[in-house]
Amino acid sequence: MTQPGLLQQWVVVAAAAMLLIVFALLAQRHMRALLRWFALQGVLLALTSALVAFVAEVPELYVSALLALLLKGLLLPWLLWRIVIRLGVHREVESLVNVPVTLLIGAALVLFAFYVSLPIEKLSQLVTRNIIAIALACVLLSMLMMITRRKAITQVVAFLSLENALFFTATAATNGMPLVVEIGVAFDVLIAALIFGLFFFQIRRTFDSLDLEHLEEKQ
Amino acid sequence: MNLFDLLLATPLIAGVIMSMIGHRPRATLLNIAASAVTLAAALALAYQVLEHGSFTAHGQAFFLDAYNVFLVSLTAFVATSTAIFSAPYMRHEQAIGRVTAERLRLYHAMYQLFIFGMYLGLTTNNLGVLWIALELATLATVLLVSLYRTPAAIAAAWKYFIVCGVGIALALFGTILIFSTSSEVLGHDNAALTWTLLYARADQLAPGVMTIAFMFLMVGYGTKIGLVPMHTWLPDAHGEGPTPISAVLSGLLLNVALYALVRCKTLVDGATHSGLAGKLMMGFGLLSLLVAALALHRQRDIKRLFSFSSIEHMGLMTLAFGIGTPLANFAGLLHMTVHSLVKSGIFFTVGHAAQVMGTQQMSNIRGLVRHHPGIGWGLLIGTVAIAGFPPFGVFTSEFLLLTAALHTHPWTVVLLLLGLVLAFAGLFRHVQPMAFGIPPEQVNLVHVNMLPVYIHFGMALWLGLAIPGFLADWYQTAAALLQGAVR
Repeated sequence: MTQPGLLQQWVVVAAAAMLLIVFALLAQRHMRALLRWFALQGVLLALTSALVAFVAEVPELYVSALLALLLKGLLLPWLLWRIVIRLGVHREVESLVNVPVTLLIGAALVLFAFYVSLPIEKLSQLVTRNIIAIALACVLLSMLMMITRRKAITQVVAFLSLENALFFTATAATNGMPLVVEIGVAFDVLIAALIFGLFFFQIRRTFDSLDLEHLEEKQ
Repeated sequence: MNLFDLLLATPLIAGVIMSMIGHRPRATLLNIAASAVTLAAALALAYQVLEHGSFTAHGQAFFLDAYNVFLVSLTAFVATSTAIFSAPYMRHEQAIGRVTAERLRLYHAMYQLFIFGMYLGLTTNNLGVLWIALELATLATVLLVSLYRTPAAIAAAWKYFIVCGVGIALALFGTILIFSTSSEVLGHDNAALTWTLLYARADQLAPGVMTIAFMFLMVGYGTKIGLVPMHTWLPDAHGEGPTPISAVLSGLLLNVALYALVRCKTLVDGATHSGLAGKLMMGFGLLSLLVAALALHRQRDIKRLFSFSSIEHMGLMTLAFGIGTPLANFAGLLHMTVHSLVKSGIFFTVGHAAQVMGTQQMSNIRGLVRHHPGIGWGLLIGTVAIAGFPPFGVFTSEFLLLTAALHTHPWTVVLLLLGLVLAFAGLFRHVQPMAFGIPPEQVNLVHVNMLPVYIHFGMALWLGLAIPGFLADWYQTAAALLQGAVR
């Protein structure tokens, strides 16, 4: 009882923290704060992986913890911040829907996620309805962020936050996917981030702005 | 080095070489040669599977059975003829200054990487790797869609990237859910994501989790298939990218995504025994068919027109696999083949037509038959074939699909026929004036290579007149394989 029970409690704590961070991302108005929360999300992901690796004795997960820390906690936020500075878009982040309304919609989405997860019975120590529901909520909230934000960079942060939520699900609900898959997915995310970076400059050069509304207009 | 390694390694190595020398004039030859080598390897592998049955390679990491080896051969064939078509096409694009040498290098490298991603996805025995491969293929094509760097192309690529990125992220969520229940049965390692092992023990997986997982996989891979309402990226990506890319996107990548979905469906059916997965696919399939058939009428851009036709046909295939009887599966597989052949052939023709006229706007493309009979008749024959006229293979598969639907879900036949008639009318009202209208006074001189087009249409015709015995056996084996796990 001691070890798995303890693990489960810690994982639930981490899940709650994850949900809070996603809400924080959703509520953020400033680019710098947004990226800070995003980096924190990566660090939390790494910590959860390391925790599960330690308690459940899955040494493979240390690798993905390290990957998460380097890639999502440090490299990607830093890269995004560099791009933000270079493109000079570190001012306020405009949102299409104002923040309180966004948060209310977010709360409704969390309820919805719990409702969807109702048919999942408790399978084992790890796979609980709550974990799946919170993970799903994080995915949906990230999508909400993608819908409500106007700038290309915030959309990308939302996209990466979505990926983080998925990684978190894999770690929390299944003790991590097999190493091949984890590394493969991380590799894809890295390439995606690089392509995003390229795109920022292409969009900027073509449209003179990173505001995605121009993309629709000039077609 | 065995055949299988050759199949996977050739496009990867060619991609790396292309990233260095892809801008040289000779690079197109290497592109064709690399594709031809994989085609030879694919055909040899297909022969092997046909003679000796399915096998796995590198332990349990890869596997080939009747279902995926047929798609590998089809992919290799279309990829090769697209490489042949792309050589003069891209040369012309470079001559008129739409692409620079540097972008041509990117184009060639990404083309091979894209092909590699599809082979990896088709042959891997691992659900997770399948996801990675599809994402890789998507990422490779994103840069190809934005190759011309026009505002519209960049907007299209961004949309493609975001919509497909989110869609495929949902598919990953579905995969994780499957792993969460399968790791309880098969242990916490790669075995729990291995198709061959999963199928054998599908009935031990938790039905509740598998049902939810399939919802995510349906929406996720459905985005890549281009099913309505997740199809928004598809016409833009097809319309703005270079034409060879439109041809392989339509003819191949959509197939691979459908392949992934059908594999998942077979697995989920084995776990839930409820038929829910099939019904979902039928619903999405019918919706895509009808919406795309209506949208065909409103198109102005020739490449967007045929990309909506792709959505329509992917809807038909999804419907066929959703019905899931051996006859319907047979129809679905045949339709996959003929659609790939005909649609890529049409895109080749359309690419030439657009180059000749210097525009993709259909209102400016007129009288092709008069001054470029090859292109004009090619477009007309292709449209006849894709609309499902009798001598061509599309007719055969659509007829089989109708028969299968009549057996199991008679009410769908009404909607099916409606969709087919609407699509037929939508295509012809646009294509007829393009072929026979009054031609403009001045047209561009373009080096046209119609041989791949005629080969494609010829094969579709052959499949419509008489499906060769070995191919029919093959489809039957694959259809039974897809059906098998349901029992």
